[in-house]
Amino acid sequence: MPDDLAIHARGVTRVYKAKPDPVTALGGVDLDVEPGEYFGLLGPNGAGKTTLIKILTTLLIPTSGTARVAGFDVVTETAKIRRVINMVAGGEQSGYGLLNVREQLWMFSQFYGLPNREGWRRVDELIEIVGLQEQRQQKVRSLSTGQRQKLNFARGLLNDPWVLFLDEPTLGLDVAAARDLREHTLAWKAAAPGRTLLLTTHYMVEAEQLCDRIAIVDRGMILALGTPEELRRRVQAESIFRIELDRLPENGGLAALASLPGVLSAVPADEDGAEAAGADRVALKVALADDSALTSVVTAVAERGSHLIGLAKSEPSLEDVFVELVGRGFGEDGEGSGAASQ
Amino acid sequence: MSGFRAATARNPREAADWSTGRIIRTNLRAIMGRAYPRIIGLTREPSWVFFEILLPFLAVSAFVFVYRALGAAEEFVGFVVLGGAMTAFWLNVVWMMAAQFYWEKDQGNLELYFTAPMHLMSILAGMAIGGLVLTSSRALAVIVIGSVLYGVSYQIEQPLLLAAVFLLTMVPLYGMGMLFASLFLLWGREAFHLAQLLQEPIYFLGGVNFPIRHLGVVSGLVVATLPLAVGLDAMRQLVFPGAASQGVLPVGTEMTILAVMGVVFLIGARLALGWLETLARREGRLTLRWQ
Repeated sequence: MPDDLAIHARGVTRVYKAKPDPVTALGGVDLDVEPGEYFGLLGPNGAGKTTLIKILTTLLIPTSGTARVAGFDVVTETAKIRRVINMVAGGEQSGYGLLNVREQLWMFSQFYGLPNREGWRRVDELIEIVGLQEQRQQKVRSLSTGQRQKLNFARGLLNDPWVLFLDEPTLGLDVAAARDLREHTLAWKAAAPGRTLLLTTHYMVEAEQLCDRIAIVDRGMILALGTPEELRRRVQAESIFRIELDRLPENGGLAALASLPGVLSAVPADEDGAEAAGADRVALKVALADDSALTSVVTAVAERGSHLIGLAKSEPSLEDVFVELVGRGFGEDGEGSGAASQ
Repeated sequence: MSGFRAATARNPREAADWSTGRIIRTNLRAIMGRAYPRIIGLTREPSWVFFEILLPFLAVSAFVFVYRALGAAEEFVGFVVLGGAMTAFWLNVVWMMAAQFYWEKDQGNLELYFTAPMHLMSILAGMAIGGLVLTSSRALAVIVIGSVLYGVSYQIEQPLLLAAVFLLTMVPLYGMGMLFASLFLLWGREAFHLAQLLQEPIYFLGGVNFPIRHLGVVSGLVVATLPLAVGLDAMRQLVFPGAASQGVLPVGTEMTILAVMGVVFLIGARLALGWLETLARREGRLTLRWQ
């Protein structure tokens, strides 16, 4: 039932007026996010991720289609949605620089109607959790980028939202700050069943590390949707193994391995040939119809006088999935992508 | 232990089910929350004393010298000082209310205001109250400095009535600011230019530096549309002996006009905010940074 879902979207489109031609930021999105999910929208700049978040957070009305958040319609039930959501964006500079960290959070707590004492208590609690105790009396304008984003994250939790929207939350953060933030999101979600996060990101690792399910988005369309594992499997039907041996097998070498039942191919692992693995070893890339063929490969290697040194299954990355689906990498912008990221 | 607490409601439906009392309390708290940075800014950034009091007083002084050079009645000096004090409120309305959404959007606050569960009127009311504290300080300073420096004397026989006129002036004045603020949602940056456009004409038509009675037939139109002009005209009549002859209408009538204006502007602002919010959401004006 759509009302039981954290997010439900059907045929959502968004067209921006622009000259010379209108820009289609979303071209008909269908999406269901279950309560308690950590859901990711993965796509390059201009894919339409932020536009979708703006619609779901009631900042934009879809040109067509319907969307519901926590069972409430984004067009007609905005007041109810705003009581149960919050949003944190990367690079956010909200609030007032002359306030200190505590005051800033308290001010936002008032916008959500927290009673005065409860507001201060929640503020202090969140300051401690995100690790801003030392900066609690520091003016907001003097915070570093990482500290600022911790503050923004704490702000996003003030009203104890049921659905938290994170729009590129680690944008511009250093490795440690980004890791801290990711850990906080996981901990917050784990603290209560039913808390849902919708993350937009163009960092593959972030999506893979955090999200239960991911939708790969490009040019306003969802191209693929599933768990990270499902998405990877989607572009790689066969199993690929990297096998390191002390030397090439005798009696036919690679050709012999390739002719085994269930083996699709057996080639040197690197472009530079088997030597790339090191002077005392060779690396092979063996494609199998399924994992069960691996046993015969290992047996054949041993029978041909080689010793197995290493064995690893090669997994395609989400970037491989994206390239497979879109035909280009993340860094290569597509046409008409400008307004969609706004 | 992450330290994060479990949810306070059992499910989102329960969390979204607010009583009328809770909605009202949330909006009152939002007013307080938004007023806070304005008020606290008084102590954190003392430069406002120079920019908000000393510099504007130069303009007041210029008119005082002109009237004295022309040999005008001394009450005109008082008119100018009181006008200078009230100018602060008009400037506050134009720059800190009407154009506020422009600044808020620029800072990234506007989206957060919209996604929070309070009415935008509460944010604007918070700005108004916070601004009133600052602006009242400036107005008071202008009046005190004016009386010390230029010997202006005030004869207030009905202080409660004067306070009532002042309050009645503030309601439509800030209601007008809220109405202008809503225009920002329609015109984006163009509304900022509107504020610039309005500043000087209202100085003139508002009778800041002279009694609007001298505008002749135009004064009637001004009294019917500009709360600053009506309020100032009524206050001058209550503060300076003999100023009644310079007033456009009796104080009682002007108070009635102010009361009607207050209702019209506040209701108009509320309706406009609701309508224009929907329009802005439809056209993407809340989120597109270049607009």
